[in-house]
Amino acid sequence: MIDKNYPWKNRLPEEECCESSPIINVENLSLSYDQHKAFSDISLKINRGCVTGIIGPSGCGKSSFIHCLNRMIELYPSSKVDGDIYFKGRNIFDSRVNLMDLRKNVGVVFQEPTPLPLSIITNIELPLKEHRFENIEDRAVQALKDVGLWEEVKDKLKSPANNLSGGQKQRLCIARTIALEPEVILMDEPCSSLDPISTEKIEGLIQELKGRYTILIVTHNLAQARRVCDYVYAFWYDESGDCGKILESGTCSDVFEHSQNKTIRDYVGGLRG
Amino acid sequence: MEGLTKSISWIIGIALIAILFYILGDIILVSVKNFSLSFLLDSPFSGGRKGGIYPIIISTLLILAVSLLVVIPVGLTSALFLAEFAENNSKSIAIIRKSIEILSAVPSIVFGLFGNAIFSVYFGMGFSILSGGLTLAIMALPLFITTVEKGIRSVPNNYRFVAFSLGMSQFTMIKSIIIPYALPAIFVGIVLSVGRALAETAALIFTSGYVDRIPESLFDSGRTLSVHIYDLTMNVPGGDINAYKTSLVLIVLILATNTLINILLKSWYKKRIAL
Repeated sequence: MIDKNYPWKNRLPEEECCESSPIINVENLSLSYDQHKAFSDISLKINRGCVTGIIGPSGCGKSSFIHCLNRMIELYPSSKVDGDIYFKGRNIFDSRVNLMDLRKNVGVVFQEPTPLPLSIITNIELPLKEHRFENIEDRAVQALKDVGLWEEVKDKLKSPANNLSGGQKQRLCIARTIALEPEVILMDEPCSSLDPISTEKIEGLIQELKGRYTILIVTHNLAQARRVCDYVYAFWYDESGDCGKILESGTCSDVFEHSQNKTIRDYVGGLRG
Repeated sequence: MEGLTKSISWIIGIALIAILFYILGDIILVSVKNFSLSFLLDSPFSGGRKGGIYPIIISTLLILAVSLLVVIPVGLTSALFLAEFAENNSKSIAIIRKSIEILSAVPSIVFGLFGNAIFSVYFGMGFSILSGGLTLAIMALPLFITTVEKGIRSVPNNYRFVAFSLGMSQFTMIKSIIIPYALPAIFVGIVLSVGRALAETAALIFTSGYVDRIPESLFDSGRTLSVHIYDLTMNVPGGDINAYKTSLVLIVLILATNTLINILLKSWYKKRIAL
Protein backbone atom coordinates (compact mmCIF):
# COMPACT_ATOMS: atom_id res chain seq x y z
CA MET A 1 0.00 0.00 0.00
CA ILE A 2 1.28 3.42 -0.89
CA ASP A 3 1.14 5.95 1.88
CA LYS A 4 0.86 9.38 0.30
CA ASN A 5 1.49 11.30 3.47
CA TYR A 6 4.76 9.62 4.19
CA PRO A 7 6.38 8.98 0.81
CA TRP A 8 9.66 7.93 2.37
CA LYS A 9 7.98 4.89 3.84
CA ASN A 10 7.40 3.61 0.35
CA ARG A 11 11.03 3.75 -0.55
CA LEU A 12 13.12 0.64 -0.19
CA PRO A 13 16.50 1.11 1.41
CA GLU A 14 18.28 -0.49 -1.52
CA GLU A 15 16.42 1.60 -4.04
CA GLU A 16 18.79 2.32 -6.89
CA CYS A 17 19.07 6.01 -6.61
CA CYS A 18 22.65 6.42 -7.48
CA GLU A 19 25.97 4.75 -7.96
CA SER A 20 27.67 3.66 -4.83
CA SER A 21 31.07 4.85 -5.89
CA PRO A 22 32.31 7.62 -3.64
CA ILE A 23 33.19 10.97 -5.19
CA ILE A 24 34.36 12.42 -1.89
CA ASN A 25 36.28 10.48 0.72
CA VAL A 26 36.87 12.07 4.08
CA GLU A 27 39.45 10.47 6.32
CA ASN A 28 40.00 11.29 10.00
CA LEU A 29 39.07 14.91 9.56
CA SER A 30 39.30 17.20 12.60
CA LEU A 31 38.72 20.92 12.82
CA SER A 32 39.49 23.39 15.56
CA TYR A 33 39.11 27.12 16.00
CA ASP A 34 41.82 28.48 18.27
CA GLN A 35 41.51 26.22 21.32
CA HIS A 36 38.01 25.00 20.62
CA LYS A 37 37.51 21.77 18.69
CA ALA A 38 34.57 21.90 16.28
CA PHE A 39 34.62 18.20 15.40
CA SER A 40 37.11 15.41 15.47
CA ASP A 41 37.95 12.25 13.60
CA ILE A 42 35.22 12.31 10.99
CA SER A 43 35.48 9.73 8.23
CA LEU A 44 32.80 9.36 5.60
CA LYS A 45 32.12 8.70 1.95
CA ILE A 46 29.81 10.65 -0.30
CA ASN A 47 28.43 8.67 -3.19
CA ARG A 48 28.31 10.08 -6.68
CA GLY A 49 24.89 11.25 -7.80
CA CYS A 50 23.20 10.74 -4.44
CA VAL A 51 21.73 13.11 -1.92
CA THR A 52 23.58 12.71 1.34
CA GLY A 53 22.18 14.41 4.41
CA ILE A 54 23.93 15.55 7.54
CA ILE A 55 21.64 15.91 10.53
CA GLY A 56 22.26 16.67 14.16
CA PRO A 57 21.75 19.33 16.81
CA SER A 58 23.21 22.86 16.59
CA GLY A 59 26.86 23.35 17.33
CA CYS A 60 28.10 19.88 16.47
CA GLY A 61 30.09 21.10 13.50
CA LYS A 62 27.82 20.25 10.58
CA SER A 63 28.20 23.53 8.74
CA SER A 64 31.88 23.76 9.56
CA PHE A 65 32.27 20.29 8.14
CA ILE A 66 30.83 21.10 4.75
CA HIS A 67 32.87 24.29 4.62
CA CYS A 68 35.94 22.05 4.75
CA LEU A 69 34.95 20.21 1.60
CA ASN A 70 35.86 23.07 -0.71
CA ARG A 71 38.32 24.68 1.68
CA MET A 72 36.05 27.65 2.41
CA ILE A 73 36.97 27.03 6.03
CA GLU A 74 40.36 28.61 5.37
CA LEU A 75 38.65 32.00 5.17
CA TYR A 76 38.29 31.82 8.96
CA PRO A 77 41.74 32.85 10.09
CA SER A 78 41.73 30.85 13.33
CA SER A 79 40.62 27.53 11.83
CA LYS A 80 42.93 24.54 11.75
CA VAL A 81 42.13 21.39 9.79
CA ASP A 82 43.67 17.94 10.29
CA GLY A 83 43.11 14.85 8.21
CA ASP A 84 42.46 14.28 4.53
CA ILE A 85 39.69 14.88 2.05
CA TYR A 86 39.87 13.17 -1.32
CA PHE A 87 37.82 14.62 -4.15
CA LYS A 88 37.79 12.14 -7.04
CA GLY A 89 40.83 10.46 -5.56
CA ARG A 90 42.87 13.61 -5.16
CA ASN A 91 43.71 15.16 -1.81
CA ILE A 92 42.21 18.65 -1.79
CA PHE A 93 44.74 19.87 0.77
CA ASP A 94 47.54 19.19 -1.68
CA SER A 95 49.36 22.48 -2.32
CA ARG A 96 49.07 21.94 -6.09
CA VAL A 97 45.27 21.98 -6.01
CA ASN A 98 43.84 25.00 -7.81
CA LEU A 99 41.39 26.52 -5.33
CA MET A 100 39.36 28.28 -7.99
CA ASP A 101 38.81 24.99 -9.82
CA LEU A 102 38.05 23.12 -6.63
CA ARG A 103 35.40 25.66 -5.68
CA LYS A 104 33.95 25.59 -9.17
CA ASN A 105 33.62 21.79 -8.93
CA VAL A 106 32.37 21.73 -5.35
CA GLY A 107 29.77 24.49 -5.15
CA VAL A 108 28.01 25.80 -2.05
CA VAL A 109 24.52 27.09 -1.38
CA PHE A 110 24.52 29.04 1.86
CA GLN A 111 21.97 29.08 4.62
CA GLU A 112 21.07 32.71 4.02
CA PRO A 113 20.16 33.32 0.35
CA THR A 114 22.97 35.65 -0.74
CA PRO A 115 22.73 37.02 -4.26
CA LEU A 116 25.59 39.35 -5.08
CA PRO A 117 24.58 43.02 -5.26
CA LEU A 118 24.24 42.82 -9.03
CA SER A 119 21.40 42.22 -11.46
CA ILE A 120 19.73 38.81 -11.63
CA ILE A 121 21.46 37.81 -14.82
CA THR A 122 24.88 39.17 -13.84
CA ASN A 123 24.75 37.06 -10.70
CA ILE A 124 24.95 34.00 -12.94
CA GLU A 125 27.06 35.44 -15.74
CA LEU A 126 29.85 36.87 -13.63
CA PRO A 127 31.08 33.50 -12.28
CA LEU A 128 30.62 31.95 -15.73
CA LYS A 129 32.86 34.63 -17.22
CA GLU A 130 35.37 34.12 -14.47
CA HIS A 131 35.69 30.44 -15.37
CA ARG A 132 35.87 31.21 -19.10
CA PHE A 133 32.74 29.35 -20.15
CA GLU A 134 31.44 29.76 -23.67
CA ASN A 135 27.82 30.60 -24.59
CA ILE A 136 27.46 32.42 -21.31
CA GLU A 137 23.99 33.80 -22.03
CA ASP A 138 22.54 30.44 -22.99
CA ARG A 139 24.04 28.79 -19.97
CA ALA A 140 22.65 31.46 -17.66
CA VAL A 141 19.17 31.09 -19.14
CA GLN A 142 19.38 27.30 -18.93
CA ALA A 143 20.41 27.50 -15.27
CA LEU A 144 17.42 29.74 -14.53
CA LYS A 145 15.17 27.25 -16.31
CA ASP A 146 16.70 24.35 -14.38
CA VAL A 147 15.72 25.91 -11.07
CA GLY A 148 12.29 26.91 -12.34
CA LEU A 149 12.95 30.60 -12.00
CA TRP A 150 12.97 31.54 -15.68
CA GLU A 151 9.23 32.19 -16.01
CA GLU A 152 9.26 34.37 -12.92
CA VAL A 153 12.22 36.56 -13.84
CA LYS A 154 12.51 36.52 -17.63
CA ASP A 155 11.13 40.06 -17.92
CA LYS A 156 13.36 41.57 -15.28
CA LEU A 157 16.73 39.94 -15.79
CA LYS A 158 18.48 43.27 -15.43
CA SER A 159 16.82 44.29 -12.18
CA PRO A 160 18.64 43.91 -8.86
CA ALA A 161 18.75 40.36 -7.58
CA ASN A 162 18.13 41.58 -4.05
CA ASN A 163 14.58 42.61 -4.98
CA LEU A 164 13.55 38.97 -5.34
CA SER A 165 11.68 37.14 -2.60
CA GLY A 166 13.60 34.88 -0.21
CA GLY A 167 12.72 31.66 -2.02
CA GLN A 168 13.49 33.15 -5.43
CA LYS A 169 16.82 34.40 -4.14
CA GLN A 170 17.72 30.96 -2.91
CA ARG A 171 16.78 29.39 -6.24
CA LEU A 172 18.88 32.04 -7.97
CA CYS A 173 21.79 31.05 -5.75
CA ILE A 174 21.28 27.41 -6.72
CA ALA A 175 21.10 28.42 -10.39
CA ARG A 176 24.33 30.36 -9.96
CA THR A 177 25.98 27.28 -8.53
CA ILE A 178 24.71 24.76 -11.08
CA ALA A 179 25.51 27.07 -14.01
CA LEU A 180 29.15 26.32 -13.26
CA GLU A 181 28.44 22.63 -13.76
CA PRO A 182 29.92 21.53 -10.46
CA GLU A 183 30.15 17.86 -9.59
CA VAL A 184 29.15 18.32 -5.98
CA ILE A 185 26.74 20.83 -4.49
CA LEU A 186 27.03 21.51 -0.78
CA MET A 187 23.87 22.89 0.77
CA ASP A 188 24.12 24.46 4.18
CA GLU A 189 20.56 24.42 5.56
CA PRO A 190 19.25 25.87 2.30
CA CYS A 191 15.66 26.15 3.52
CA SER A 192 16.11 27.33 7.07
CA SER A 193 15.20 30.92 6.25
CA LEU A 194 12.40 30.10 3.81
CA ASP A 195 8.64 29.67 4.10
CA PRO A 196 7.05 26.22 3.57
CA ILE A 197 6.08 26.82 -0.06
CA SER A 198 9.57 27.94 -1.05
CA THR A 199 10.95 25.03 0.92
CA GLU A 200 8.81 22.63 -1.05
CA LYS A 201 10.08 24.09 -4.31
CA ILE A 202 13.69 23.76 -3.22
CA GLU A 203 13.13 20.17 -2.11
CA GLY A 204 11.55 19.32 -5.45
CA LEU A 205 14.54 20.93 -7.11
CA ILE A 206 16.91 18.79 -5.10
CA GLN A 207 15.09 15.70 -6.32
CA GLU A 208 15.43 16.89 -9.91
CA LEU A 209 19.10 17.71 -9.58
CA LYS A 210 19.89 14.37 -8.03
CA GLY A 211 21.81 12.07 -10.33
CA ARG A 212 23.19 14.95 -12.40
CA TYR A 213 24.93 16.30 -9.34
CA THR A 214 26.10 14.88 -6.07
CA ILE A 215 24.36 16.76 -3.29
CA LEU A 216 25.36 17.07 0.32
CA ILE A 217 22.78 18.79 2.46
CA VAL A 218 23.00 19.92 6.05
CA THR A 219 19.62 20.23 7.67
CA HIS A 220 18.02 20.72 11.03
CA ASN A 221 14.74 19.58 9.63
CA LEU A 222 14.48 15.81 10.16
CA ALA A 223 11.37 15.43 8.04
CA GLN A 224 13.20 17.17 5.24
CA ALA A 225 16.17 14.83 5.55
CA ARG A 226 13.77 11.90 5.33
CA ARG A 227 12.10 13.34 2.26
CA VAL A 228 15.18 14.18 0.20
CA CYS A 229 18.15 12.11 1.35
CA ASP A 230 19.44 8.75 0.16
CA TYR A 231 22.14 8.51 2.80
CA VAL A 232 22.27 10.19 6.16
CA TYR A 233 25.06 10.91 8.60
CA ALA A 234 23.97 11.89 12.07
CA PHE A 235 26.39 14.14 13.93
CA TRP A 236 26.29 14.38 17.70
CA TYR A 237 28.39 15.79 20.52
CA ASP A 238 31.22 13.67 21.86
CA GLU A 239 31.72 12.95 25.57
CA SER A 240 33.16 16.41 26.26
CA GLY A 241 29.89 17.88 25.06
CA ASP A 242 31.03 20.52 22.61
CA CYS A 243 32.88 18.70 19.85
CA GLY A 244 31.12 16.95 16.98
CA LYS A 245 31.47 13.38 15.80
CA ILE A 246 29.48 10.91 13.68
CA LEU A 247 27.13 8.80 15.74
CA GLU A 248 25.17 7.00 13.06
CA SER A 249 25.28 6.59 9.33
CA GLY A 250 23.61 4.66 6.56
CA THR A 251 20.70 4.86 4.20
CA CYS A 252 17.74 6.97 5.15
CA SER A 253 15.83 4.05 6.64
CA ASP A 254 18.90 2.71 8.47
CA VAL A 255 19.11 5.94 10.39
CA PHE A 256 15.47 6.86 10.73
CA GLU A 257 13.93 3.47 11.34
CA HIS A 258 16.54 0.95 12.37
CA SER A 259 19.12 2.96 14.24
CA GLN A 260 21.09 0.89 16.75
CA ASN A 261 22.04 3.99 18.66
CA LYS A 262 19.71 5.11 21.42
CA THR A 263 20.60 8.80 21.22
CA ILE A 264 19.86 8.86 17.51
CA ARG A 265 16.70 6.81 17.94
CA ASP A 266 15.45 9.34 20.45
CA TYR A 267 16.57 12.23 18.27
CA VAL A 268 14.86 11.07 15.09
CA GLY A 269 11.84 10.01 17.11
CA GLY A 270 11.53 13.54 18.44
CA LEU A 271 12.29 12.60 22.01
CA ARG A 272 15.40 14.75 22.16
CA GLY A 273 16.84 17.46 20.02
CA MET B 1 12.33 71.06 29.83
CA GLU B 2 11.64 69.55 26.47
CA GLY B 3 10.39 72.86 25.18
CA LEU B 4 13.57 74.55 26.39
CA THR B 5 15.83 72.03 24.64
CA LYS B 6 13.78 72.40 21.54
CA SER B 7 14.00 76.18 21.47
CA ILE B 8 17.74 76.13 22.18
CA SER B 9 18.35 73.78 19.26
CA TRP B 10 16.22 75.97 17.04
CA ILE B 11 18.13 79.09 18.07
CA ILE B 12 21.49 77.42 17.43
CA GLY B 13 20.30 76.05 14.11
CA ILE B 14 19.00 79.39 12.94
CA ALA B 15 22.16 81.13 14.12
CA LEU B 16 24.31 78.72 12.09
CA ILE B 17 22.22 79.19 8.98
CA ALA B 18 22.25 82.95 9.53
CA ILE B 19 26.06 83.00 9.63
CA LEU B 20 26.21 80.99 6.43
CA PHE B 21 23.73 83.27 4.70
CA TYR B 22 25.47 86.39 5.97
CA ILE B 23 28.77 85.25 4.43
CA LEU B 24 27.18 84.08 1.20
CA GLY B 25 24.92 87.13 0.99
CA ASP B 26 27.79 89.54 1.55
CA ILE B 27 29.89 87.86 -1.14
CA ILE B 28 27.07 87.63 -3.64
CA LEU B 29 25.76 91.19 -3.08
CA VAL B 30 29.14 92.84 -3.45
CA SER B 31 30.40 90.75 -6.35
CA VAL B 32 27.27 90.53 -8.47
CA LYS B 33 27.10 94.35 -8.63
CA ASN B 34 30.59 94.49 -10.14
CA PHE B 35 30.59 91.23 -12.05
CA SER B 36 31.06 90.91 -15.77
CA LEU B 37 31.96 88.00 -17.98
CA SER B 38 35.31 89.56 -18.83
CA PHE B 39 36.35 88.90 -15.22
CA LEU B 40 36.45 85.20 -16.07
CA LEU B 41 38.24 85.68 -19.39
CA ASP B 42 40.87 88.39 -18.75
CA SER B 43 44.27 88.27 -17.18
CA PRO B 44 44.84 90.25 -14.00
CA PHE B 45 46.94 93.39 -13.97
CA SER B 46 47.93 96.05 -11.51
CA GLY B 47 48.50 93.32 -8.91
CA GLY B 48 45.00 91.96 -9.42
CA ARG B 49 43.18 95.19 -8.70
CA LYS B 50 42.13 95.26 -12.30
CA GLY B 51 41.50 92.67 -15.01
CA GLY B 52 40.16 89.16 -14.50
CA ILE B 53 41.21 85.79 -13.15
CA TYR B 54 41.41 83.59 -16.24
CA PRO B 55 45.00 82.33 -15.61
CA ILE B 56 44.13 81.72 -11.99
CA ILE B 57 41.16 79.53 -12.86
CA ILE B 58 43.40 77.53 -15.22
CA SER B 59 46.11 77.08 -12.59
CA THR B 60 43.51 76.04 -10.00
CA LEU B 61 42.04 73.39 -12.27
CA LEU B 62 45.50 72.10 -13.21
CA ILE B 63 46.62 71.79 -9.60
CA LEU B 64 43.33 70.11 -8.75
CA ALA B 65 43.76 67.65 -11.62
CA VAL B 66 47.33 66.78 -10.61
CA SER B 67 46.33 66.14 -7.03
CA LEU B 68 43.25 64.05 -7.95
CA LEU B 69 45.29 62.00 -10.42
CA VAL B 70 47.53 61.07 -7.52
CA VAL B 71 44.92 60.84 -4.75
CA ILE B 72 42.45 58.54 -6.51
CA PRO B 73 44.74 55.67 -7.58
CA VAL B 74 47.08 55.85 -4.58
CA GLY B 75 44.25 56.35 -2.10
CA LEU B 76 42.08 53.63 -3.57
CA THR B 77 44.82 51.01 -3.55
CA SER B 78 45.85 51.99 -0.02
CA ALA B 79 42.28 51.74 1.21
CA LEU B 80 41.84 48.38 -0.52
CA PHE B 81 45.05 47.15 1.01
CA LEU B 82 44.01 48.24 4.51
CA ALA B 83 40.49 46.87 4.24
CA GLU B 84 40.99 43.66 2.25
CA PHE B 85 44.56 42.46 2.58
CA ALA B 86 46.12 43.80 5.75
CA GLU B 87 46.02 41.69 8.87
CA ASN B 88 44.26 43.75 11.43
CA ASN B 89 46.21 42.71 14.47
CA SER B 90 49.65 43.05 12.96
CA LYS B 91 51.90 45.69 14.45
CA SER B 92 53.06 47.26 11.19
CA ILE B 93 49.45 47.83 10.11
CA ALA B 94 48.72 49.51 13.43
CA ILE B 95 51.66 51.84 12.79
CA ILE B 96 50.39 52.62 9.27
CA ARG B 97 46.94 53.42 10.64
CA LYS B 98 48.33 55.66 13.34
CA SER B 99 50.45 57.46 10.75
CA ILE B 100 47.41 58.15 8.60
CA GLU B 101 45.56 59.48 11.61
CA ILE B 102 48.43 61.80 12.54
CA LEU B 103 48.89 62.95 8.94
CA SER B 104 45.26 64.00 8.77
CA ALA B 105 45.80 66.31 11.74
CA VAL B 106 49.02 67.98 10.54
CA PRO B 107 48.58 71.75 9.91
CA SER B 108 48.72 72.65 6.23
CA ILE B 109 51.63 75.06 6.65
CA VAL B 110 53.74 72.08 7.70
CA PHE B 111 52.74 70.23 4.54
CA GLY B 112 53.67 73.35 2.59
CA LEU B 113 57.17 73.50 4.04
CA PHE B 114 57.54 69.73 3.56
CA GLY B 115 56.40 69.98 -0.07
CA ASN B 116 58.78 72.87 -0.61
CA ALA B 117 61.72 70.92 0.81
CA ILE B 118 60.94 67.66 -0.97
CA PHE B 119 59.29 68.49 -4.29
CA SER B 120 60.50 72.03 -5.00
CA VAL B 121 64.05 71.74 -3.73
CA TYR B 122 65.07 68.09 -3.44
CA PHE B 123 63.36 66.86 -6.61
CA GLY B 124 64.08 70.14 -8.35
CA MET B 125 60.50 70.87 -9.42
CA GLY B 126 60.78 74.43 -8.16
CA PHE B 127 57.66 76.49 -7.58
CA SER B 128 55.37 74.65 -9.94
CA ILE B 129 51.88 73.31 -10.52
CA LEU B 130 53.38 69.86 -10.08
CA SER B 131 54.90 70.52 -6.63
CA GLY B 132 51.65 72.17 -5.54
CA GLY B 133 49.47 69.36 -6.83
CA LEU B 134 51.62 66.67 -5.22
CA THR B 135 51.66 68.51 -1.91
CA LEU B 136 47.89 68.83 -1.98
CA ALA B 137 47.66 65.14 -2.82
CA ILE B 138 49.64 64.22 0.29
CA MET B 139 47.39 66.47 2.35
CA ALA B 140 44.19 64.98 0.96
CA LEU B 141 45.26 61.33 1.04
CA PRO B 142 44.66 60.60 4.76
CA LEU B 143 41.06 61.78 4.60
CA PHE B 144 40.46 60.03 1.28
CA ILE B 145 41.93 56.75 2.52
CA THR B 146 39.92 56.70 5.76
CA THR B 147 36.68 57.55 3.97
CA VAL B 148 37.13 54.92 1.25
CA GLU B 149 38.37 52.27 3.67
CA LYS B 150 35.19 52.72 5.71
CA GLY B 151 33.16 52.28 2.54
CA ILE B 152 35.00 49.09 1.63
CA ARG B 153 34.61 47.71 5.12
CA SER B 154 30.87 48.29 4.92
CA VAL B 155 30.61 45.70 2.13
CA PRO B 156 28.93 42.73 3.85
CA ASN B 157 31.31 39.83 4.41
CA ASN B 158 28.78 37.44 2.91
CA TYR B 159 29.57 38.80 -0.53
CA ARG B 160 33.24 37.96 -0.11
CA PHE B 161 32.30 34.46 1.01
CA VAL B 162 29.97 33.93 -1.92
CA ALA B 163 32.51 35.25 -4.41
CA PHE B 164 35.16 32.88 -3.10
CA SER B 165 32.72 29.98 -2.95
CA LEU B 166 32.07 30.50 -6.66
CA GLY B 167 35.77 30.22 -7.32
CA MET B 168 36.21 33.89 -8.23
CA SER B 169 39.63 35.44 -8.00
CA GLN B 170 40.20 38.19 -5.49
CA PHE B 171 40.78 40.57 -8.39
CA THR B 172 37.34 39.92 -9.90
CA MET B 173 35.73 40.14 -6.50
CA ILE B 174 37.28 43.56 -5.85
CA LYS B 175 36.60 44.85 -9.35
CA SER B 176 33.03 43.61 -9.79
CA ILE B 177 31.65 43.56 -6.27
CA ILE B 178 33.66 45.51 -3.72
CA ILE B 179 34.42 48.66 -5.72
CA PRO B 180 30.90 49.09 -7.17
CA TYR B 181 29.46 48.65 -3.67
CA ALA B 182 31.92 51.12 -2.18
CA LEU B 183 31.52 53.63 -5.01
CA PRO B 184 29.43 56.14 -3.04
CA ALA B 185 32.18 56.26 -0.40
CA ILE B 186 34.79 56.74 -3.11
CA PHE B 187 32.82 59.70 -4.49
CA VAL B 188 32.46 61.20 -1.02
CA GLY B 189 36.24 60.84 -0.69
CA ILE B 190 36.72 62.70 -3.97
CA VAL B 191 34.35 65.49 -2.93
CA LEU B 192 36.20 65.93 0.37
CA SER B 193 39.56 65.93 -1.40
CA VAL B 194 38.39 68.52 -3.92
CA GLY B 195 37.09 70.67 -1.09
CA ARG B 196 40.32 70.43 0.80
CA ALA B 197 42.42 71.17 -2.29
CA LEU B 198 40.39 74.20 -3.40
CA ALA B 199 40.41 75.70 0.08
CA GLU B 200 44.16 75.42 0.54
CA THR B 201 46.40 78.50 0.65
CA ALA B 202 49.25 78.05 3.09
CA ALA B 203 50.66 74.89 1.55
CA LEU B 204 50.49 76.28 -1.97
CA ILE B 205 52.31 79.55 -1.32
CA PHE B 206 55.44 77.47 -0.64
CA THR B 207 55.01 74.99 -3.47
CA SER B 208 53.13 76.29 -6.47
CA GLY B 209 53.98 79.91 -5.81
CA TYR B 210 51.83 82.85 -6.87
CA VAL B 211 52.73 83.79 -10.40
CA ASP B 212 49.50 85.02 -11.96
CA ARG B 213 50.22 84.17 -15.60
CA ILE B 214 48.86 81.17 -17.47
CA PRO B 215 51.24 78.26 -16.79
CA GLU B 216 52.77 76.88 -19.96
CA SER B 217 53.55 73.50 -18.46
CA LEU B 218 53.19 71.67 -15.17
CA PHE B 219 56.63 72.94 -14.23
CA ASP B 220 55.49 76.55 -14.24
CA SER B 221 54.35 78.35 -11.15
CA GLY B 222 50.65 79.07 -10.89
CA ARG B 223 48.32 80.83 -8.49
CA THR B 224 45.11 79.24 -7.27
CA LEU B 225 41.87 81.03 -6.45
CA SER B 226 42.41 80.76 -2.70
CA VAL B 227 45.94 82.13 -2.95
CA HIS B 228 44.62 84.94 -5.14
CA ILE B 229 41.97 85.84 -2.56
CA TYR B 230 44.57 85.80 0.18
CA ASP B 231 46.97 87.99 -1.83
CA LEU B 232 44.28 90.50 -2.84
CA THR B 233 43.01 90.96 0.70
CA MET B 234 46.33 90.98 2.54
CA ASN B 235 48.88 92.45 0.14
CA VAL B 236 47.04 94.57 -2.41
CA PRO B 237 45.36 97.76 -1.17
CA GLY B 238 42.21 98.27 -3.21
CA GLY B 239 41.93 94.64 -4.22
CA ASP B 240 38.83 93.95 -2.10
CA ILE B 241 36.25 94.00 -4.85
CA ASN B 242 38.17 91.51 -6.98
CA ALA B 243 38.73 89.36 -3.89
CA TYR B 244 34.96 89.27 -3.41
CA LYS B 245 34.40 88.28 -7.02
CA THR B 246 37.09 85.59 -6.85
CA SER B 247 35.41 84.18 -3.73
CA LEU B 248 32.16 83.92 -5.63
CA VAL B 249 33.90 82.03 -8.43
CA LEU B 250 35.53 79.70 -5.89
CA ILE B 251 32.21 78.94 -4.19
CA VAL B 252 30.50 78.30 -7.51
CA LEU B 253 33.38 76.05 -8.55
CA ILE B 254 33.07 73.97 -5.39
CA LEU B 255 29.30 73.68 -5.75
CA ALA B 256 29.70 72.78 -9.41
CA THR B 257 32.20 69.98 -8.77
CA ASN B 258 30.03 68.55 -6.00
CA THR B 259 26.97 68.62 -8.25
CA LEU B 260 28.88 67.09 -11.12
CA ILE B 261 30.15 64.25 -8.95
CA ASN B 262 26.63 63.64 -7.64
CA ILE B 263 25.23 63.51 -11.15
CA LEU B 264 27.94 61.07 -12.23
CA LEU B 265 27.18 58.84 -9.26
CA LYS B 266 23.44 58.89 -9.95
CA SER B 267 23.78 58.14 -13.64
CA TRP B 268 26.13 55.30 -12.81
CA TYR B 269 23.50 53.83 -10.51
CA LYS B 270 20.82 54.16 -13.12
CA LYS B 271 22.96 52.24 -15.58
CA ARG B 272 23.74 49.58 -13.09
CA ILE B 273 20.93 49.43 -10.56
CA ALA B 274 22.56 46.90 -8.40
CA LEU B 275 22.17 47.64 -4.72
